[in-house]
Amino acid sequence: MIVSRRGTLGLRVIALGYLAVLLLIPVGVVLYRTLEPGLGEVWRSITTPAAVHAFWLTIELAAIAVPLTTAFGILTALVLVRGRVRGKRVIEAFIDLPFAVSPVVIGLALVLLYGRQGWFGPWLADHGIQIIFSVPGMVLATIFVCVPFVVREVAPVLREIGDEQEQAAATLGASRWQTFWRITMPAIRWGVAYGVVLSTARAIGEFGAVSVVSGKIAGETITLPLLVENRFNNFDLAGAYAASGLLAVIALGTLLAMTLLQRKGDSAT
Amino acid sequence: MSAAPATAGRLRRRPRAARSTSGSGALGLGVATLWLSIIVLLPLAAVVAKSLDGGTGAFWDAVSSRQAVAALRFTVLISLAVAAINAVMGTVIAWVLVRDEFPGKRVINALIDLPFALPTIVAGITLLALYGPTSPVGINLAFKQSAVALALLFVTLPFVARAVQPVLIELDREMEQAAASLGASPVTIFRRIILPSLGPAILSGAALAFARAVGEFGSVVLISGNKPFDTQVSSVFIFKQIESDNTSGAAAVAVVLLAVSLLVLIGLRFVERWAVRHDR
Amino acid sequence: MRLKILLPLAALVAALIVAGCGGASDETGDSGASSGSSSSSGSKTTLSLVAYSTPEVVYDEVIPGFQKTPDGKGVGFKTSYGASGDQSRAVEAGLKADVVAFSLAPDVDRLVKAGLVDSTWADTPTKGMVSDSVVALVVRKGNPKHITGWDDLLKPGVEVVTPNPFSSGAAKWNLLGAYQHGGLDYVRELITKHVKVQPKSGREALQTFTGGEGDVLISYENEALTAQKKGQAVDYVIPPDTFKIENPIAVTKDGGAAAKAFVAYALSKAGQENFADWGYRPVDQSVLQANASKFPTPKKLVTIDDVGGWDKVNDELFDPEKGSIAKIEDDAGVSTAK
Repeated sequence: MIVSRRGTLGLRVIALGYLAVLLLIPVGVVLYRTLEPGLGEVWRSITTPAAVHAFWLTIELAAIAVPLTTAFGILTALVLVRGRVRGKRVIEAFIDLPFAVSPVVIGLALVLLYGRQGWFGPWLADHGIQIIFSVPGMVLATIFVCVPFVVREVAPVLREIGDEQEQAAATLGASRWQTFWRITMPAIRWGVAYGVVLSTARAIGEFGAVSVVSGKIAGETITLPLLVENRFNNFDLAGAYAASGLLAVIALGTLLAMTLLQRKGDSAT
Repeated sequence: MSAAPATAGRLRRRPRAARSTSGSGALGLGVATLWLSIIVLLPLAAVVAKSLDGGTGAFWDAVSSRQAVAALRFTVLISLAVAAINAVMGTVIAWVLVRDEFPGKRVINALIDLPFALPTIVAGITLLALYGPTSPVGINLAFKQSAVALALLFVTLPFVARAVQPVLIELDREMEQAAASLGASPVTIFRRIILPSLGPAILSGAALAFARAVGEFGSVVLISGNKPFDTQVSSVFIFKQIESDNTSGAAAVAVVLLAVSLLVLIGLRFVERWAVRHDR
Repeated sequence: MRLKILLPLAALVAALIVAGCGGASDETGDSGASSGSSSSSGSKTTLSLVAYSTPEVVYDEVIPGFQKTPDGKGVGFKTSYGASGDQSRAVEAGLKADVVAFSLAPDVDRLVKAGLVDSTWADTPTKGMVSDSVVALVVRKGNPKHITGWDDLLKPGVEVVTPNPFSSGAAKWNLLGAYQHGGLDYVRELITKHVKVQPKSGREALQTFTGGEGDVLISYENEALTAQKKGQAVDYVIPPDTFKIENPIAVTKDGGAAAKAFVAYALSKAGQENFADWGYRPVDQSVLQANASKFPTPKKLVTIDDVGGWDKVNDELFDPEKGSIAKIEDDAGVSTAK
């Protein structure tokens, strides 16, 4: 250990202190307020028809957005790292940009494109396709905020492992798909897994952008985060905390999956 | 960079080869471009177009109003500050999580990503309850600039830590131990051996933290009080413009905000690559 | 390679198909408003109600009441509640609506401009309104600072919470209450010296207030009554002179006979009683009289017509660039800007 015993302790205190103030205590408060009315009440809150629908809608959005983002994320990472592209840094910055776009602006952008008076509005109306204020619009908003994750996790790994093995496979006559599936994919497996988990966490928790494009139609387009807001607004604080507790549980579930996968990755060597 | 898993790290490093191998090629490039265009570029283009609805004169008026400028300046400065703080603290946290051992470490490691998953509105309400007027610990930061910083620190907590962790895991200890045996102090070892390796990861995480902070809305809007010229962030200002039916003005401010973010992101990428090149 | 592209594309197509089926679910709203199945089944009609957030509790009672009447039998409901401005813009951007109910008339006029609501929507005996309220001053339980009227807000050390009128159209009512009392000078002193925070919306302002900030919250009487009914520890004072809040309801051009029947029900005695229950002043005079004890008449009640109508007010006071109140906000920033 290059750091002295005192140094180690000092760093630990600083780190844990910071985490306590910023993370542990607030999360503890959320947990406390969630469980305060008792488990029975919490269960009742999250099993109302509205809550159940919100739960499944949230899962549905993540189930559509995350695989799409993952697949295209891997592809984009491959193109960026292995391909011949000019201006990679600019493209990479654009991939990171969704992080920086305020949810208000995302909602505005989607309305400008697919709303009644938007670029595609009249065409969509003529063909009876409803994108905004319906699930497709919410999917688009969710995908938008998830774009960076998989790319950012996979690209560095691709860079690290280099393409020697892939080239060897190519010279041995493997098709592109075979090379990808049998050589590249196993190597980037854990980067992909981590990206998926992060995307999922972001997808289920997204509030702002989805809020603008959802239309908040009861029983149809209200996700769990929107339900949380709705309950806060109706002075149903216990119900709001119950719903956010549910979200935290889903998030922790995905985090646990990641921790388990990471451990598998460590032990697999 | 972000979590490169341990397995990948064990494979020997190769120089980056820009040769087209598996998975890419013209079709791949085309599909990736199409995907990025539909999902990211098209919506952004719509916003840019809207901002120019009234011509460049109206664009300039919208972004140069005193409130707009104040909000922009506050947003960018506080986001940079938050990114810097989390860059330092994130590194410390990553260090402690990787190099240290103590009971409960695994739990804490798993919790670090929680700010990601909690809807921003829950974060806002909780922070207000904890560090606002009815604070059980007696700290009342609400409606001050530090409250905005607090909310932003919360939502950007994971970025740097998660970026540094995997790099730290793979770091070759031999150099450190050699330097230590030659008598170098821990500070020197950190500054000259470890920091250069972590540099790109820290910068990458800090860039993401900055980007997230700049656009944050939900967790900030309640605890900041939205005082114009004081604690009002650009995303709230943009919202006000939309509410006042001044959509093109809102789009204009949004475009400026995005341009600034883009510059910071590109800039940080350049610094990253420069650091990598110098190191290896 | 082909599979890698086909798979996501297939997923995208599948997603669009699933979503294209309307994402329709037969689940009911949280608060028990019964809704029939979606319009694709048989000859049932479905009404889409898009309203602002606070009267959700009222419509949760009005809707079942309507469904028990012959006009309302078998009519299903899709409801959407949110901030008045957000909802109005959503309908303008394509959110399907048969009946709209907002916090203030300009949010309906926006839809008239967009061609979605007839320009004659306000030509009714109640001038298009479904409920009223008055601007009230919400205080801590027991009124520790002894607030009795607008002048008390200017006492040294009194901190006032009121939502920002530029981030919430519905918040304009609050400042109109202040304006009718002492004109721009009063508003200037209020905003510059006593308003420390500017929550984004009325509900957020209430949350900020119940969260411990400020001494007085400028709000609506119906907000205060609903909050009390839901167990919040607040009291409220109706100043001797205050402003009348009028909430519109309208049928869109898409809305048919069922929509008109629903609006008629909301304006009927039964519907109006639901409004009165939750603290909204009924526009039906007889129901208002019956609840006179709950809704005291202030000595001086100013209406939007008295100050020149919304167009004039929005132009002169609330225009984000040229309005007087915008200027006051700007100037206030000069003194507090760091």
